[in-house]
Amino acid sequence: MLLVRAIRRRRRLRPVADRTKRIRRSDILLFMTIRNEKIRLPYFLEYYRRMGIQHFLVVDNGSDDGGLEYLAEEPDVSVWSTHDSYKASRFGIDWINWLLYRYGAGHWCLTVDPDEFLIYPHHDSRPIKALTDWLDASTVKSFSAMLLDMYPKGQIAAQPYLEGGDPFQIASWFDPANYTIRKNGEYWNLWIQGGPRCRAFFRDNPEQGPALNKIPLVRWERSYVYVSSTHMLLPRSLNVVYDEDGGEKASGCLLHAKFLSTFETKSAEELERRQHYSDSQEYMAYHSGLQESQDFWCDESRRFEDWRQLENLGLISKGNWA
Amino acid sequence: MSDPSQPSSAAHVRLGIVMLCHNELPRAAKLAQVWAAGGAVVAIHIDANAPADEVATLRADLAGHEDIVYSRRHRCEWGAFSLVRATQDAAALLLDRFEDITHVMVVSGSCLPLRPVADLRAFLARHPTRDFIESVTAADVGWTVGGLNEERFTMRFPFAYRRHRKLFDRYVALQRRWKFRRHIPEGLVPHLGSQWWCLTRPTLHAILADRRRPEFDRYFSRVWIPDESYFQTLARRHSTQIESRSLTLAKFDGQGKPYIFYNDHRQLLEESGCFVARKIWPNATGLFAHFPRPLIGEASAAEPQPERVDRMIGQAVARRKLGRPGLYMQSRFPRKDAENGKTSGSYAVMQGFSDLFPDFEEWLADRIDADVHGHVMSKHGVEFAGRMPIGPGGLSDSAALRDLDQRGFVANLIRISQREQIVQYSPRDSQDLNWFMATDPNAQIFVITGAWAVPLLHSGMPFDDIRRVAAKLQRIELAQIDILNSVWLKARTRVWDLGDFCSRPSGVMRNILRDLGGEPAAAANLPQMREIAGMGRFLQRLRNAGLRPQLMGEFPVADTMPKKENI
Repeated sequence: MLLVRAIRRRRRLRPVADRTKRIRRSDILLFMTIRNEKIRLPYFLEYYRRMGIQHFLVVDNGSDDGGLEYLAEEPDVSVWSTHDSYKASRFGIDWINWLLYRYGAGHWCLTVDPDEFLIYPHHDSRPIKALTDWLDASTVKSFSAMLLDMYPKGQIAAQPYLEGGDPFQIASWFDPANYTIRKNGEYWNLWIQGGPRCRAFFRDNPEQGPALNKIPLVRWERSYVYVSSTHMLLPRSLNVVYDEDGGEKASGCLLHAKFLSTFETKSAEELERRQHYSDSQEYMAYHSGLQESQDFWCDESRRFEDWRQLENLGLISKGNWA
Repeated sequence: MSDPSQPSSAAHVRLGIVMLCHNELPRAAKLAQVWAAGGAVVAIHIDANAPADEVATLRADLAGHEDIVYSRRHRCEWGAFSLVRATQDAAALLLDRFEDITHVMVVSGSCLPLRPVADLRAFLARHPTRDFIESVTAADVGWTVGGLNEERFTMRFPFAYRRHRKLFDRYVALQRRWKFRRHIPEGLVPHLGSQWWCLTRPTLHAILADRRRPEFDRYFSRVWIPDESYFQTLARRHSTQIESRSLTLAKFDGQGKPYIFYNDHRQLLEESGCFVARKIWPNATGLFAHFPRPLIGEASAAEPQPERVDRMIGQAVARRKLGRPGLYMQSRFPRKDAENGKTSGSYAVMQGFSDLFPDFEEWLADRIDADVHGHVMSKHGVEFAGRMPIGPGGLSDSAALRDLDQRGFVANLIRISQREQIVQYSPRDSQDLNWFMATDPNAQIFVITGAWAVPLLHSGMPFDDIRRVAAKLQRIELAQIDILNSVWLKARTRVWDLGDFCSRPSGVMRNILRDLGGEPAAAANLPQMREIAGMGRFLQRLRNAGLRPQLMGEFPVADTMPKKENI
């Protein structure tokens, strides 16, 4: 059913720059939806090109900041445009499901937001192809990377983010060990919540807090479909990215560069549009928090060093990929 | 034949290499040249499935090398006899064509020589009569995939493991059920081991020229993964001196697939002193550029020292199989009782103490090296040490957040803290972790049963309410004590009833301080204790109201109601 929805949505996507003919058989692809995120794009593309992504497939949801035009010029980017409702497309996932169905099958596909930066064990010495080759050899089809909210020390807006800069020079802190995990019996995925957003905004109604579990890297097949953002997929065996007998599977994380100076305008805009999850509850909470100059930093915050630090903390794991 | 104790020169060793290639032929061509340049003769077997254009390129690249030959091509399938056939043909070709060959070694197109080939020749020259082939009796091996050891030799395997997995498994199950057994040829003792061996000419020749070879080949053609057993078994028949180990560093990752090396393993591999390593990630250009190390000066016959690599891989395998105790995360979420360590370190749960001693936390914190928290499982909120709103690791003091995943909360608290964690507990708190803690060997649980009655005694609430609360708390604590008395108990527990404790508080505290690693003498000055005069009368009133206090122990009924000045 979800797939049918996605296939129906295809007509709503207008190709602006279609370079998909350049995709080679073993290429690793990146899929994302953007809206007015031009300021993030140069660093984002640079980061993932260096990691070894060979083609970017992007849905632009009505940007008016020049982001669409910028992407259309890039040689390894294909971009589609739509002015449909983000919410009615189930927060963009219908569009992405269509692109994955059409172009992703047989490829390793990374589906992320423009403020999500993948970290996996050894990412500083091994390109993503090394990881996907290893996953292939291990007959693993999906790779978990939970969302790790990063934030600056001090007020979020204090240090302006400039185009092309490394967001984690500013938002370099994270919460090390306050994540809650529950298993979803229906889809078999884990619900992970917690982190700074939960302790700051959702302490009384944590059920409403954002989900941090993500399965962004999948060796795509035509029969696959993302159910809710990249939190879970069908068939549900793809959601079993964790070991239940005490062992550790390999996993990474998505460093979340959301809490930068760009955030205040973004949250005001999103609040206006009411296009986000649960009527933008998150954004309402943030916005009220932000007006009192939100500062996520606390004595327990850790400054991000490298993936080994995350591994030691137990936020990610090498599994047996040493 | 030279005396093994007398190192003979590498010049006496002529090494033949059987190179089995499936894909990555450009890489294989380069490696063949490396072997040839090091003075070895190479027989290349190219899988008949390899694309014709790549084969042509390889042959063109290697044209003009007299010491590189090609053996008859077979279509190779993993786990099938074709791989043995390919090895046999290539080895026979080497022995026939080059009469001076003294040793033959099997490598693949993704095996990378680490040390100069001359080193390997020098090493073999030092042990000229040894056959380096890992060969373990099938009965004792215990490391193979799918749990098939001896059964590899006694069953039939008509279905390809990788292509028809279900049929394969079903057929094995069927044969087990019907106790089907193939006959093993007489005189053979099944042995298993790495297919990357290095045999001396006499042994290899004897295997290939064995009178009974047609019989053996027929038998092994129906054995599963014969490339791990054919030569390993037959070498036992012909070799005079088997050194049961492989000269190729080839490790498995615990899930039956070869361990892969990357650029960042360069130093590790170099220090291992191994001759050949596999598997190398095809794009690990840094390794292919760095190895083999050039020969500088004399060739070295030094023994390989793969211990560090072994340790690293052993750790990786353990990480995948056992994981880190007390860690719950996105890719490790163990089922109940499969945790391999419910928590990562020792912690103590103290029940009833804060009811008797209002300042107990501070008192204890001054006397032991530990973080002493309040009631972290309290229904009103988490009471971290110092009542901080944000606790260790960024944990929130919100009860709602904690209750989303209580197990994770406790495990996080313990895992992220440097020091031992001590928490207060009471039947007023959430009880959902009682089984978890009771079955956790890291837990020390100290309980003064019935101590919850002391605050009630002083509460000043209407007696009807007190009775109701007492009944509820008693029910809860009795259920908890049942758990602590169960046969599944793993925690170290000590339980006193209130009367027992109050009769000798210093003695009990002395033992507790010792258990918690503190100085027992520090129990001399106890903190201010709440007044318990009047407890006997209070308990009698509960009895009179129809409630039987079961947990407080003995208090004389005769004593008086608490006086105002005692409160």
